[in-house]
Amino acid sequence: MKTEFRIQVDQALGKQDVRAHFRKAMDTLMTNRRNQFPDNAELQRLRDQAQVIRANALSKLPELLEQLEANLTQNGIHVHWAETTDEANDIVLKIMQKHNATWMIKGKSMVSEEMGLNHFLESKGIEALESDLGEFIIQLDGETPSHIIMPAIHKSKEQIAKLFNEKFPDIPYTEDVDTLTRTARDILREKFYNAPVGLSGVNFAVAETGTLCLVENEGNGRMSTTIPPVHIAVTGIEKVVEKFSDIPPLLSILPRSATGQPITTYFNMISSPRKQGEKDGPEEVHLVLLDNGRSRIYSDPELLATLRCIRCGACINHCPVYVRIGGHSYGTVYPGPIGTILEPQKSGLSVHGELVQASSLCGACGEVCPVRIPIPNIINRLRYEGVHQEESSVLDAGSKRKPMEAITWKAWSWAATHPSMYNLGSNLATQVRKLVPNHLGAWTSVRTAPAIADKTLHQQLKALGVDHE
Amino acid sequence: MPPSKPDTVYFFGTCLIDLMFPKAGVSAIQLLQRAGIKVIYPQAQTCCGQPAWNSGYRAEARKVARAQIALFPKPLPIVIPSGSCAGMMKTHYPELFKGEADEAQALDVAGRVYELTEFLVDVLNVNLKDLGEPVEIAVHTSCSARREMGVADKIEQLLGQLQNVKVLEQAYKPECCGFGGTFAIKQPEISAAMVADKTMHLRNTGATQVVSQDCGCLMNIGGAFEYQAKHQNKKALSTQHIAEFLLQRTSSPSPSTGEGHRMGVAEVKS
Repeated sequence: MKTEFRIQVDQALGKQDVRAHFRKAMDTLMTNRRNQFPDNAELQRLRDQAQVIRANALSKLPELLEQLEANLTQNGIHVHWAETTDEANDIVLKIMQKHNATWMIKGKSMVSEEMGLNHFLESKGIEALESDLGEFIIQLDGETPSHIIMPAIHKSKEQIAKLFNEKFPDIPYTEDVDTLTRTARDILREKFYNAPVGLSGVNFAVAETGTLCLVENEGNGRMSTTIPPVHIAVTGIEKVVEKFSDIPPLLSILPRSATGQPITTYFNMISSPRKQGEKDGPEEVHLVLLDNGRSRIYSDPELLATLRCIRCGACINHCPVYVRIGGHSYGTVYPGPIGTILEPQKSGLSVHGELVQASSLCGACGEVCPVRIPIPNIINRLRYEGVHQEESSVLDAGSKRKPMEAITWKAWSWAATHPSMYNLGSNLATQVRKLVPNHLGAWTSVRTAPAIADKTLHQQLKALGVDHE
Repeated sequence: MPPSKPDTVYFFGTCLIDLMFPKAGVSAIQLLQRAGIKVIYPQAQTCCGQPAWNSGYRAEARKVARAQIALFPKPLPIVIPSGSCAGMMKTHYPELFKGEADEAQALDVAGRVYELTEFLVDVLNVNLKDLGEPVEIAVHTSCSARREMGVADKIEQLLGQLQNVKVLEQAYKPECCGFGGTFAIKQPEISAAMVADKTMHLRNTGATQVVSQDCGCLMNIGGAFEYQAKHQNKKALSTQHIAEFLLQRTSSPSPSTGEGHRMGVAEVKS
């Protein structure tokens, strides 16, 4: 029986136009990235540097978080801690209620997706309007992001044109990208001015200075965090870095890895609410620090590398699985290779454990990761955790164990450690090779069955007199 | 630093080659012998342990790996005609044996592992003379040869020595063929989509033949070509392991049958 994931995959694979669109989009992103790093030695040096910065921050995460809280508080920013997404949602709700706010404008934030914030607020009668163009588009269509940095990458220009025409019938139908963008801009501009609360994510939180850094391209992040009187930032606890001098190297490698841009268009640094005499900026700034399973990942020295991620999406762009099935098939907030390792750790192997099988371990993700997260190794580790019930830092360890599979591997191991049995078995296979069935389940749905040789290598080499010991 | 040319090497044939592609193993050994190397093939060898390792069954993988490690006691290079099995021994044995009593032996074996094309180029510095007819081929470099072993360019270096062999470039060359061991079975739909694209790109080159240093990939790609020829009326490219291809190209045809190889004719010297 097909799993839910495989059913979604089937559907995605069937959509030829979407697949072609994805391939083109990912090709562009891969080419752009390659062009940003013409010198491989330089790229490797930058990756080393970025890895060290992120690993260093994680090695003293508790202290840095305390320092961050102290400095943010001193700067006048309210710091809130949330262990679960429910707690984080409640914190946001209380801030909204305190200000009698019935809606908010949002910059892009994957953590708010993780929280399911929009739905939660909606259930409380509060509207959350997305202002990132991609997020704005998918929100209009009632969808979730299919990519962490390009949420609407699955949609074609024509689909977006149709969607806008449906949702804004007063505006004439157009497929002109500039006009479509201007339409969104006109709608959003007015919203920025009137929003009682703005919400954003955080790319880097600097412990040393108590600064929240935000990387973006459209300026909506700056407006969401500057114009409304109240700004709420939400972030995972892993986003902290130690020093301000850690930022430039990360800021250099992030957009180059992500979209292949040499630099980001906007870089916002938020270090306090509006001060006396200042002309703009929010009067109140909050930071919600979300755990949601991260401290559990943190507790394992090997899995900890997962938290180095700076959310550039390069692993996604280079993944041969993602390019074929698209982001929605994963059924997770974070898709692609990073989602494959992060989601089962966050939600448990019983929920998203199948994703660790959705990798050919080709290694493309690990090869491009700017902070050198060994994604294939972590996939391998999670496969191990899936079939072992011993004490583990991973949620639902052992939940993927199947008795027949376990016995098969035991038998395999026995045969492969008893050469006489192994040779007897393989020699026997050559004897009955004509009887081997042509249909071998999934394999032969697109391939012919592999043919067993008439004599094994062992047999042939014996006959040839190759030295053996 | 690669070692200077040794007199003797160990050969690890891999279980896939043993049962499905023995010709690749025999050819690889003959290439080594022709270069004046004595080849030891420990008869008790079975499998490197990779299938269990990649499936999460580490204890089972370790047991099998341990049995292989015991087969290579002398300080000789271990040559493996497969990027993925070489990758298993070289990069994953150290992880698999971390903290075990025999960690040192595992590290020692890992340090002596060479993928075949890597060994031919870096250690033997072979000089191949092409005796074959002009042919246009495409090359598939396995992900493990490319990323785990970092030897993707060696196969091209060898082919570059063959005057009558033209290597045609295909689109998405570094992309995985979709084999991935148990991946092909556990996620068959994605794997099928990947191999469909890979065969299409290879076919689009106009080549008549595909060579690779990994029999896993060849089983996947070759099987898909055959299936497509049978059921979809598409052209099938023949597939061959690089060892077999190199040996054929550099051996003169046997006078009696017009095929087969006579050893030691072509010039292969370091």
